[in-house]
Amino acid sequence: MAARNLSQLKLGEKGIIAGFHDSNLALKLLEMGCLPGTEIQLTAIAPLGDPICLQVGGYTLSLRLDEAAVVELQ
Amino acid sequence: MNKNPKIALVGNPNCGKTSLFNALTGLRQKTGNFPGVTVDRKIGVTRLDKTTDVDIVDLPGTYSLYPKSLDEQVVLDILANPASKDYPDVVIMVADASNLKRNLLLFSQVSDLGFHTILALNMVDVAEAHGLTIDVDRLSERLGVPVVLINAKSEEGLNNLKFAIKGELMEHSELPKPVLRLDTVSKEFIQEIKSQFKVANDYLAMLMAGQIEKLRFLTSENRSLLGDINRRHSFQHVDFQTQETVNRYKVLGAIADESIRHKNGQPQETFTQKLDKILLHPIWGYASFFAILFLIFQSIFSLAEYPMDWIDSGMASLNEWLKSTLPEGLLTSLLTDGLVAGIGGVVVFIPQIAFLFTFISLLEESGYMARVMVLMDKLMRKVGLNGRSVVPLISSVACAVPAIMGSRTIQSWKDRLITIMVTPLMSCSARLPIFTIMIGLVIPEKTILGIFNLQGLALMLLYLLGFVSALLSAWVMKKVLKVRERSFFVMEMPVFQLPRVDHVIMAVWNAVKAFVMEAGKVIVAISIILWVLASYGPGDSMERAEQQILQENPAKSPEELGNEIASAQLETSYAGRFGHFIEPVIRPLGYDWKIGIALLTSFAAREVFVGTMSTIYSLGGDDDTDTVKNKMRTEINPETGGPRFTPAVAFSLLIFYVFAMMCMSTLAATYRETKSWFYPAVQFTYMTAIAYAAAWITFQSLS
Repeated sequence: MAARNLSQLKLGEKGIIAGFHDSNLALKLLEMGCLPGTEIQLTAIAPLGDPICLQVGGYTLSLRLDEAAVVELQ
Repeated sequence: MNKNPKIALVGNPNCGKTSLFNALTGLRQKTGNFPGVTVDRKIGVTRLDKTTDVDIVDLPGTYSLYPKSLDEQVVLDILANPASKDYPDVVIMVADASNLKRNLLLFSQVSDLGFHTILALNMVDVAEAHGLTIDVDRLSERLGVPVVLINAKSEEGLNNLKFAIKGELMEHSELPKPVLRLDTVSKEFIQEIKSQFKVANDYLAMLMAGQIEKLRFLTSENRSLLGDINRRHSFQHVDFQTQETVNRYKVLGAIADESIRHKNGQPQETFTQKLDKILLHPIWGYASFFAILFLIFQSIFSLAEYPMDWIDSGMASLNEWLKSTLPEGLLTSLLTDGLVAGIGGVVVFIPQIAFLFTFISLLEESGYMARVMVLMDKLMRKVGLNGRSVVPLISSVACAVPAIMGSRTIQSWKDRLITIMVTPLMSCSARLPIFTIMIGLVIPEKTILGIFNLQGLALMLLYLLGFVSALLSAWVMKKVLKVRERSFFVMEMPVFQLPRVDHVIMAVWNAVKAFVMEAGKVIVAISIILWVLASYGPGDSMERAEQQILQENPAKSPEELGNEIASAQLETSYAGRFGHFIEPVIRPLGYDWKIGIALLTSFAAREVFVGTMSTIYSLGGDDDTDTVKNKMRTEINPETGGPRFTPAVAFSLLIFYVFAMMCMSTLAATYRETKSWFYPAVQFTYMTAIAYAAAWITFQSLS
């Protein structure tokens, strides 16, 4: 199966973060607790389909779809 | 000089840092700016015991010492610069206990800089609701710093915290050991920076190497020297920082796992998650957003009307009382027609400003503002703005100055610049009196479709026009600005919570105080200048105007001719000459020299317009007690013999003030935020051009 990224999760679905392919954004996301190996769940989608809200490490994080696409899932 | 020890509050956004600051300092706090930037610097005093007071500085919230926005840069600037006047003796790291691991990242960076650090664990109740219990002793032992449980909202644990501060201030208190071993770079590299810049701390040396551009205290020689050292050791700062963050989390994750116990069982869906399902729902999300906006506007315009009327009539009777008790003369005229009239024009806005800021701070405190940003991000991005631009745009309905300052949370420079440039197009409360008077002149007060007040509807259309033109201008600027800068949204969604009444009151109080002080100064100054300009003319022209009127009407006494004399004197005064001078420019818009004077004075601040109209018509008019609106309604246009303010003129003025950039304070705010006169100049030019063109089209098509 081809590697998926965070923007492809369905509502309520969980994934495990594998890595990033944008080093500047990666630093920001790491700081926010999105570490490789962490479980992340899509909890809400904004009415126009973008941005999305994710549950990670005990809090809710909001990302745009193109930012979420940087995060690879296992 | 104040020699109190300095304590800095550091923490992630939404961790309750500001609540703790308020709890510690109460009313002994003041707000200013950090030197060189317009980031709010809040400092307060707290008493540890009978002999010791400490200064507490509230630093902006940040997730790490690698800043992404101006606010965050302040934290780095202070903590990395021992020469800074805010450099703390002790750092209190406020951490959200329900999210310990992520909060510890910043903690470890701060304690690795060699500060006496105290970890204040806040929101323990939220953590417990998530099924987490924290072993404070174990955490304190592993981190090597005092750990104190606090509840910033209910002000529990403050005495323990103060006790811990006293402990850290003692001479022999120990410094924490570094959390992270800096083994991804060579010892020689760190050593070279330490000896070149006489820095004692390893991690500080690494911050300097990695943040050359962001550290404002470095001189340009410092920067090129650091750049040289980095090149010789082939140091890649992004790689280093990424590796550092991952390594820190490895150490901190282990510490957090040891000190946190999870209760058994699946975590329940929290209240916040349930509420988000509604507030971010495709239909209910927007419905609730518009319902809230509607509620805000309704209460601003209907509820605020009562206190505004009281203030208005109060100021009027004060003016009357002054006129009747004080001896007639120049000073009395200056005091009543100049000062009191001017101050009244400021004070009357206080209810509206207070209402607006109450709502805005309720939205922010409850955590709803973050949801609005998510709701609006996609729309805003289409026109070159950002979800975060929504807050400045909404606050701009009160006043563009705090709104422009509020744009600092936008990390992308391009998004932030466009937000600053278009924010003044939102109709602020200073335009309201102009709108009210002009609408009252030309739009009949009647109800259509049973519920809609026609005047209210017209007012809403004007606000809408401002909003749409802000979006359109943003879109044009997005096309013009060729910056290919990546704009970020990444944002933490705070947990919903009940706002605290005293925080809301404090926010409203600060906003009203700032408005009265800032706008008040300008208006009082303009009122006095205008009074002088309208009361004096070059040479003996004022006396000659009086003589001429007397000669033309030899049958009447000077008392009967009072109005004619006053009108003639106004026309020949400095202000009148000004008005005549610019009349050719504004004639195509339908304005005469009297409106010209009001336009000129309102260049400083729009709210001066109505005051000027009232000053001009009371100096040159018949009856002092009549309202401005009636004076304007009865004003005759000498060329046509009909009323001066025809619908065409009134609409032209309305449209002009929707667009015109007439506010010195806003231009000053733009200058401060962009650090250049170029942007305020562009802002002024483009808005005035739109205003002129739109008013011209309006007048020409209606007349």
